[in-house]
Amino acid sequence: MSLAFRAVYWREMVKFFRFKSVLFSSLIQPVMWLAFFGLAMSKSFDKLTSMIPSTPGVPTVDYLTYMGAGIIAMDVLFSSLFGGTTLLFDKKFSLLKETLASPISRINIVVGVGLSGMTKAFIQTAIIIVFGRFIGMNFFKGYDPIQTLVSVVGIFLLVGIFTLGFLFLSGSIAITVEQPEGMQSILTLLSMPLFFISNALYPVDAFPEILQFLSIFNPLTLLADGIRYFALGSNFSVMGGHYIYTTADIAMSFLGLVFFALTMLSVVLWRFNKVDI
Amino acid sequence: MTTNVIEVNNLEHKYGDLKAVDNISFTVKKGEIFSFLGPNGAGKSTVINILTTLRKIQKGEAKVNGYDVAKESKEVRKSIGIVFQMMCLDYEMTVFENLEYHGMIYSMAKEERRKRIDELIKLTELEAKRNVLAKDLSGGMKRRLELARGLMTRPAVLFLDEPTVGFDIQTRLRMWEYLRNVKKQGTTIFLTTHYMEEADQLSDRISIIDYGKIIVTGSALELKNQLGKDLIYLETSDNKAAADILRTLESVKGVNEDAKFLRVMLGVDVTHILPKIMDLIGQNGIEITTVNIKKPSMDDVFVHYTGHDLREGKPEEKHDESKTVEALR
Repeated sequence: MSLAFRAVYWREMVKFFRFKSVLFSSLIQPVMWLAFFGLAMSKSFDKLTSMIPSTPGVPTVDYLTYMGAGIIAMDVLFSSLFGGTTLLFDKKFSLLKETLASPISRINIVVGVGLSGMTKAFIQTAIIIVFGRFIGMNFFKGYDPIQTLVSVVGIFLLVGIFTLGFLFLSGSIAITVEQPEGMQSILTLLSMPLFFISNALYPVDAFPEILQFLSIFNPLTLLADGIRYFALGSNFSVMGGHYIYTTADIAMSFLGLVFFALTMLSVVLWRFNKVDI
Repeated sequence: MTTNVIEVNNLEHKYGDLKAVDNISFTVKKGEIFSFLGPNGAGKSTVINILTTLRKIQKGEAKVNGYDVAKESKEVRKSIGIVFQMMCLDYEMTVFENLEYHGMIYSMAKEERRKRIDELIKLTELEAKRNVLAKDLSGGMKRRLELARGLMTRPAVLFLDEPTVGFDIQTRLRMWEYLRNVKKQGTTIFLTTHYMEEADQLSDRISIIDYGKIIVTGSALELKNQLGKDLIYLETSDNKAAADILRTLESVKGVNEDAKFLRVMLGVDVTHILPKIMDLIGQNGIEITTVNIKKPSMDDVFVHYTGHDLREGKPEEKHDESKTVEALR
């Protein structure tokens, strides 16, 4: 790998800021999730769960704050899952040819696109954390500035690894399929189980066992857990449930996501080396 | 001292059972413009794709700038610039950004990159379009931008695959001017084309390629001289008999029988021999209906060597654009 991935990164970012509609919608999307879905869901859940007594001596977290972590996870899931589409269009309009004909190895393209997606995910994460504050999402409650900083870094690290994994996955699909429609349908199919068999929006305790089991391996669960560990603390109760995150749990989140990202990296490199121009 | 920038020996390439490139060998000298002239489907693009390492070499040997395309593809890639047959610019980026991206991909240092961009924008006369999105350029300008991009890294050889396909005549003429200037600055150019004039006007040497084989190689002048000093096109009441009579004449170098015409190649000046030819045919009771005299062109050369007309060639593989441009001639 050379520094040529910077060229790919630069190009992606130039176009991100150039297409005002893309820029605007990717910035407004997290706000909409939080404002509409978040507020609506949290009000209903809070109403339903207000009767349940909370565990004494454990800080109680309201549903909006609990779900905020899931919203970050979902928002970056969707943007990175669709992020590889840029490669599909590059391939379709034979723009990819120029890069593939150059002496740089193909990993530069993958890494450049991955890093640009990561940057966009960071922007979205920051928007959710900041905007969430205004509507009552209580991240980092009772933290001192140092703890807050460490938590923010932790969240960004997790989001970064997660995003790379899904961008590599998305890139592999983009480079393999021929039509945008095909890509669209594969992504929709993929996002369903990822989305629902996870604890992004609700605790998985009441899931049927098989789904509970599956949810453990879902990167979305790993990310949501990790964010909660950093944003809500290691010991809290929500909707009557008592949650304790141990160091082993957070290590699992990190390692699981790193494993996922590396697997996807090898998949995307394998697919890229098959591309004929 | 002239060195060979491209050396190809016994190159062969098959797609399934179809032999697209059939045992060809040639060399391109440093500083020259070398053309592959042939109809679509003759194997030109396959050769260019092999030389630019975009397609794996199957059989034979090819060296570009001294590097083996099979074993040193990275070095080959560093030595070349490519203008693809299909436009491939990022339309959502400006002229400057397209060039900047290319320079970055090839790891050029910033200062060098900026200097080269200025030079090339000047060379291709895109100064006023520097910050214009590529999608807002005219077809000719887009091609010029691709040319500039191909030259970013000061390649030892620039490959152009059908550089003016689909352009109107004025745009093509301008493009040729730019390519001549590129040559003047010392870049070797290898191009493929199915336009006769393009090969004729632009190239130092031409290889006529047909059905994957190189039929003949030489400068435009050499190739045309092979056909003699002048050509007479005759239409008679009995072309076959007339051809037989003409072949007996010493000053006639050769006679091609076309569907409608006789193409008579002359070793001497037409003015002296024409009356004699007319008389001789007349004496044999054959009526001459049309006489047309011309200097040999690349079209004549192509027909002479391949036995068929380039534009009649293989109709199923013909570009629509080529049809319109050919019709304008």
